[in-house]
Amino acid sequence: MEKISIKINDQDIMAHKGATILETALANKIYIPHLCYHPDLKPAGSCRVCLVELDDGKLVTSCRTPVKEEMVIKTKSAELDKVRRPIIEMIIANHHMDCKNCAKKGRCELQRIMGYMKIDKKRIQQNLRFPKEELPLDDSNPFFIRDHNKCVLCGICVRTCQEIQKVSAIDFAGRGYSTKIATLGDKPIAQSRCESCGECVVRCPVGALVPKNLRRPSHEVKTICPYCGVGCSIVLGIRDNVVVNVRGDADSSVNSGRLCVKGRFGLSFVNSQDRLTSPLIRISSNKNSSLVTRHPSLFREVSWDEALDLVASKLKNYRGDEFALIASTKCTNEESYIAQKFARVVMGTNNIDSSVRLCDAPSITALLKTNGINALTNSISEIENAASILIVGANITQSHPVIGLRVKKAVENGAILIVVSPIEIDLCGFAKVWLRPYPGTDLALFMGMCKAILDGELHDNAFIQEKCENFEDFKNSLDDFPSGKVERITGVSRDKVASAAKIFATNKPSAILWSSGLTQYSHGTDNVLGLINLSMLTGNITKPSYGINPLMDHNNSQGVCDMGCLPDFYPGYQAVDQPEMRKRFKSIWGKDLNPNPGLTLTGILQDTLEGKIKAFYIMGSDPVSNIAGSHKVKEALKKAEFIIFQDIFLNDTAQFADVILPAASFAEKDGTFTNTETRVQIINKAMEPIGNSRPDWEIICNLAERMGSRGFDFNNPEDIMSEIASVTPIYRNISYNSLRKGSLKWSDLAETSLTGQNGKYKFTPLQYRPPAEVPDVDYPLILIAERDIYSDGILSQKVDGLKALRAKRLVYINPKDATDFEIKNGEVVRVISRWGEIEGQAVVTTASPPGLVTMYLLEKEINQLINPSPDPAAKTLETKICAVRIVPQKES
Amino acid sequence: MEEELLEEILASYRGDRGELVPILQEVQDNLGYLPEKSMVDIAKFIGVPESHVYSVASFYAQFRLLPLGRKRIAVCRGTACHIRGAPQILNRIEKTIGLKEGETSDDLEYTLETVACFGCCALAPCIRVNMDVVGEMTSEKVDELFPPVIEGVKNDQ
Repeated sequence: MEKISIKINDQDIMAHKGATILETALANKIYIPHLCYHPDLKPAGSCRVCLVELDDGKLVTSCRTPVKEEMVIKTKSAELDKVRRPIIEMIIANHHMDCKNCAKKGRCELQRIMGYMKIDKKRIQQNLRFPKEELPLDDSNPFFIRDHNKCVLCGICVRTCQEIQKVSAIDFAGRGYSTKIATLGDKPIAQSRCESCGECVVRCPVGALVPKNLRRPSHEVKTICPYCGVGCSIVLGIRDNVVVNVRGDADSSVNSGRLCVKGRFGLSFVNSQDRLTSPLIRISSNKNSSLVTRHPSLFREVSWDEALDLVASKLKNYRGDEFALIASTKCTNEESYIAQKFARVVMGTNNIDSSVRLCDAPSITALLKTNGINALTNSISEIENAASILIVGANITQSHPVIGLRVKKAVENGAILIVVSPIEIDLCGFAKVWLRPYPGTDLALFMGMCKAILDGELHDNAFIQEKCENFEDFKNSLDDFPSGKVERITGVSRDKVASAAKIFATNKPSAILWSSGLTQYSHGTDNVLGLINLSMLTGNITKPSYGINPLMDHNNSQGVCDMGCLPDFYPGYQAVDQPEMRKRFKSIWGKDLNPNPGLTLTGILQDTLEGKIKAFYIMGSDPVSNIAGSHKVKEALKKAEFIIFQDIFLNDTAQFADVILPAASFAEKDGTFTNTETRVQIINKAMEPIGNSRPDWEIICNLAERMGSRGFDFNNPEDIMSEIASVTPIYRNISYNSLRKGSLKWSDLAETSLTGQNGKYKFTPLQYRPPAEVPDVDYPLILIAERDIYSDGILSQKVDGLKALRAKRLVYINPKDATDFEIKNGEVVRVISRWGEIEGQAVVTTASPPGLVTMYLLEKEINQLINPSPDPAAKTLETKICAVRIVPQKES
Repeated sequence: MEEELLEEILASYRGDRGELVPILQEVQDNLGYLPEKSMVDIAKFIGVPESHVYSVASFYAQFRLLPLGRKRIAVCRGTACHIRGAPQILNRIEKTIGLKEGETSDDLEYTLETVACFGCCALAPCIRVNMDVVGEMTSEKVDELFPPVIEGVKNDQ
């Protein structure tokens, strides 16, 4: 960057051309007082505190004035003081100056300015302070307090919400003396659009926005957030073995310092009173009890030796396909690798699966089929540079909030956003085109778009000829999708389909993002294939900021699959049914391996019901709540003879366990997570395990050794990663040494490039099938279950604040349907499905289209309502929609 | 009814940011104040955050965020009225209708305000009820104009 020379206070300084005076001064450790400036925000120049004097005697705001060659700047002068002092004195006069008891004490910008300008606050307050009424605190948000009495109206919070979060929950309200920062209607912040991300709290220069229960950490450790698939880099603050503070890591290419509410405020589950602290063995044979407690009449606390000896002796009776292991999307790569190795080597079975089956499996199946590798083709940071973005079946600002910020940023940068969603989501407000197909008809829409692109000759012929195969078949299959038919199936007008197709095809690079709203259908794999076809047709696959991006649900959904916790693949997607693969793993693991691919999660439960599978190892997951058709899952677990449950909390599945093993949380162990963009990132041990809990890998290795198996004598996760790298081609270049220097994306490193099988991408001709779950006379409406930003499995349920902020049980219904079914706004209604029912309060709104009802539900709640059919290829269950009827509660 | 009215009003605008103040004015002219729901709909219509609409609405003195009473009473506190007993008149009205200055009754019958000067000092002390000025006020006139008994009050601003 070009440098220019300037002079600040007689000091010669080389400044970057284009930088402002304030930036240059601060970078050279010259302090200029400032209140409304923040490096992450556009300069506002409103506080007038950062004034400096130029050599012509002019006073300018240093935050908005760029440096110029030969500039001579004074940061202190009598003239400056004359202007600046009254400003600060006025602020102090109106400020609640109880500095001694303020949470910001010592880190407050106003305090700092007062010290710098040697202002006597007592004198001011005696002489100047108006008898101002004390404004009440806003403590409605469980995580932070708003204190208007300490607010200096710098507007940093307003601009943070506007520029960074793009939510704009707050703004200046009123005028003159009574100006304050307010939400719509000046209501408590918890009743506004605020998403509780806390970005404003970390930027507030004074004590107006402070976290509740503030404790300063004694040490900080860099690690990765354990919630969603984004994998934000965080810095955990620890004191007395308690997580007291979380910061976003500004250097991370994933989140650039940003965090959502769960990452910033939702990690107190680590120190929850409900953590499992000791191994437990069942003493009562009654598995029907709904009491999921450590009640002494059900379970007995035992030592690790006793628990593991019992497990070892029991498991010996169930070797082979009588055993199944359910791995966790929350555990580390190393632990997932050890888990599948245990099942394959010690137990001799390929019955290994995880909850990825329930949401992301269709993406994996489709990607393996067309690209030959399970990986998205973009980086998270590349999304910002896309020219158009197509989002399908993903409420990203709720499910993957930090990627949501990237999408909003892309729109700000000029990208055209196309949202496909039957219901109104936050991103619809940013979209140029919002397509609203009937639920489950997405595939017809994609094929319609493909057809429109071909008819308009907007496809990338050169790319198709060179890089793709099967194009002719695909082209012929589109004859099935004339625009009239697409319009009939999807309910989206042909003009809208055509215009969306044109935007997508002509604004490149174009990225596609999708999530479980597309995959959780009985034709989920076809849905994904349809999107991949669309991306190939426009030549939008693989190049930077182009491409196809499935958003994995959990922190290690990607990793658990990479590590081979799949019934048909060894680590690195090496097929179990290929003899040469089997031979290779046999030589490395030193054991004959079961040649038959195992069963998927749904298959495992079916076989358990039929009595074929008798023993279960359940790691960090909750099949009873996670898997739809809860009643069936419960029956299966009841039927199993021996169940080992290993987790950090008890959940609904634990009531069926025979042995409960307490695991250590992410904060208490080393390891790696692989996020949705295949970035392998190190998690570092920040504190000692709670109680007697142990890292999962340690537990399983210990168990394997007790069962007489070799190859489990690892000293630490680093050793395990060396073995992973040696057996897994896609992880060949991953080692702790390289990861310590920075995270790595394996899809960038892997020699298996993303150019599909035979070096070509394959078009897949598709046929449209409607969803299996259809409404009828008795159940005339379709229920769509949405998830909000505050709910993410059991971890979020152990954080009181997240529970408090959770969406209330509301039933969103269109005014037309409300009239038909005689539902009044605000009344309590029963939503009845073929399999269960749930209550909620009706909200009559056009955000839900006719024929649909929308509810924010926990997995557990929706899973009681449905008994879905699986996708034939990926075996993922159709849990996205459910036919219901809705009646006022008073009729019952 | 409110919703339909709002829809009708919005129909005559294009949906630009710059139309915010004229829209707020027209809505207030028709509804008497700016209901929160209308601010949400206006925000959506012109594509700005709800908090921004509130910011603008709360900035200008001309906008009201709470409904007005059907009878809007303004008591003059100008110099002439003051000398001729305006404080006593205000006091009397406050007692009679049970409202303090700046408040609106729960049944939306009355709103009580004060004004610096009407400019009709010759009639002092005077008040204004909606658009009608009543001059040479006395306590008896207050009782005549405002039959008493109103329970409960609502704070304004």
